[in-house]
Amino acid sequence: MPTDRPTAAAEETLGLQDLPPHTDARIVAVEAHNGRETADLAERLAEIGFLPGERVRLLARGPFGEPLAVRVGSDTFALRRGEAACVRVVAIGPAGDGRP
Amino acid sequence: MNALVADPLVALVGNPNCGKTALFNLLTGSRQKIANYAGVTVERKEGRLRTRSGRRVRVLDLPGAYSLRPRTPDEQITCDFVLGRLPDEPRPDVVVAVVDATNLRRHLRLVLALKRLGQPVVVALNMVDLARRRGLPIDGAALSRELALPVVETVGVRAGGAQALLDYLEREHAAAEPVAAPGDHPVADAIPLDEPAAATADMASVAADQHEVERILGRLGLAGVRADTPSDRIDRVVLHPVAGPLILAGTLFLMFQAVFAWAQPFMRAITALIAALAGLVATVLPAGPLASLLVDGVLAGAGSVLVFLPQIVLLFAFILLLEDSGYLPRAAFLLDRLMGSVGLSGRSFIPLLSSFACAVPGILAARTIPNARDRTVTILIAPLMTCSARLPVYTLLIGTFVPARTVGPGIGLQGLVLLALYAAGVGGAFAVAWILKRLRRGSALHPLQMELPTYHVPSLRNLGIGLLQRVEVFVRRVGTIILALMVLLWFLSSFPVPPAGYPGAAIEYSLAGRLGALLAYLFAPIGFNWQISIALVPGIAAREVVVGALGTVYSLAATGQDVAGQVAPLIARAWSLPTAFALLAWYVFAPQCLSTLVTARRETNSWRYPALMAGYQLALAYGAAGLTYHASRWLLGPA
Repeated sequence: MPTDRPTAAAEETLGLQDLPPHTDARIVAVEAHNGRETADLAERLAEIGFLPGERVRLLARGPFGEPLAVRVGSDTFALRRGEAACVRVVAIGPAGDGRP
Repeated sequence: MNALVADPLVALVGNPNCGKTALFNLLTGSRQKIANYAGVTVERKEGRLRTRSGRRVRVLDLPGAYSLRPRTPDEQITCDFVLGRLPDEPRPDVVVAVVDATNLRRHLRLVLALKRLGQPVVVALNMVDLARRRGLPIDGAALSRELALPVVETVGVRAGGAQALLDYLEREHAAAEPVAAPGDHPVADAIPLDEPAAATADMASVAADQHEVERILGRLGLAGVRADTPSDRIDRVVLHPVAGPLILAGTLFLMFQAVFAWAQPFMRAITALIAALAGLVATVLPAGPLASLLVDGVLAGAGSVLVFLPQIVLLFAFILLLEDSGYLPRAAFLLDRLMGSVGLSGRSFIPLLSSFACAVPGILAARTIPNARDRTVTILIAPLMTCSARLPVYTLLIGTFVPARTVGPGIGLQGLVLLALYAAGVGGAFAVAWILKRLRRGSALHPLQMELPTYHVPSLRNLGIGLLQRVEVFVRRVGTIILALMVLLWFLSSFPVPPAGYPGAAIEYSLAGRLGALLAYLFAPIGFNWQISIALVPGIAAREVVVGALGTVYSLAATGQDVAGQVAPLIARAWSLPTAFALLAWYVFAPQCLSTLVTARRETNSWRYPALMAGYQLALAYGAAGLTYHASRWLLGPA
């Protein structure tokens, strides 16, 4: 896995669904959080690009707080809260110009 | 050309939204054949092209796939096809991996998976113009080196944008001799055949592929580039919690406004043309069974359906434009929460929107919904969206029975009633979805996982090709099923001929008249007379036929008068207001046409759902019509 993330001690991971809007974050893990049912979900998320080390940003929320529009790599996906909860991230800081 | 040698088969494979279909249209133009894969209803689009030297190549546009691990029926087909697992389908001679040059990060993973299959692969670096305009350092030669695969640059939306790919195919694959076996191919030589690896790919291998992609992007100087694109700026407005829904409502309003207002002149022209034809037949042929068949059966029947071709074209034009531009997934994003309240997801929005044109493409579009339960529910409620086939029925009844007065500045009563009928359909659909949600306990977790692709300026060429295909399907339907039914109905309504001196109208003596008299017992409680009852029978085969059928029934019933096509004044005299309203209510939920049921059968692979669909719609329609009939009789007093 990529090594260019902050030291573990300084990290505070949170679920992607709790990431403040327009904040850059780095994925630390994509995991099932709710038993067998989300295992398949986590795998699917990996297939569309939600992989540890990838950078994500919350672009927008739907009219009632759901779904979430998430930038991962150079793609944008709409996820519901339950899906986003499979993605553990660590915030890097407010959105800049997109460079690491 | 040596007829014994099969033309080489080229398969276009790529992620959704990589511009694959535009490239396919560019390669093959209108030389396309649309069918289904054997046994399933995934659309199979095959086209032909000729290289400069006149060699022929078959091109197949496979459904978009994110990976070779299928999640949807569409992805399954793509995967099976590339692996040569489909019966009746040959393995492609060459796979064209179409990638979006502005988004190599994700698209290259699929290329790596395809490469592992050991099949000749050529990478079509699509949308290079867009990538360069954004300042991305795209270097096809370097990418080719890193991937160890041939790479050509293409621009799917520009004439001549596929020339590099055509030249490559000419050079490598358009041989007039038998096509080389995969193992003989120079590209395939370098690649170990590794099929099981593709089948057992798991998260670790996805991550490994992603590493490889990162490595390649790093070498190409593309790592970490993620500029704020124009697409992002559009999304800031379009996905805004307040502005977004307003834009969506405005778009939908414009769409329906256009369908009703802009289509009118064209519809009048078609009506005039058919009337002129009927007049011509009447003057050329002597009065008798043949003239009656042509005027009352063929022209009155099929003509009354053909009339709303303009509306279908406009509706599809809007849907295709919204789809091509990338707006539809945004609309789905905005509506996801709303649809979630009845147990659906935003993904159901696109099939349901298409169903306003026709439920058949709507049901087909439901394939893109990965969740099996969501897909079934979407298919079940799709026919409740007011399809364009119901429009002639609505137009006729509203035009005849609802006074054309205004109820406010610029708001006509007739338009308001039409809007209410649409709303009743949508409301009914949501109610049914909600009930199904309560009845079937599905998984609590409902994934959405929907890509919001980069916006594109829609290509007129793609719009034209898409529209032409829809028009062709519609006209073929009018020319076959509908025409046959109209002729059959004419026959049933004309024979047996009553004996001389029969007191009533001739049609009452006919087979249809007797059938209608029987059905009238069933429909009398909801206010339908025997003429309506007859017309409803062919209406089950195709809804829009009802208007034509009423035309046929009434024109044959009206003894001694030439009234073909003049249904409105006749029913205005013959029907009470409650009867007309009951028929309108019936048609909001009307049991669908046979093609919808057959499509639902194919898509769900069982008769269970189409039976459920027909059953619940019949019950809803009967109930709603009965309720409307008795309520309006109570309000208006018996007519």
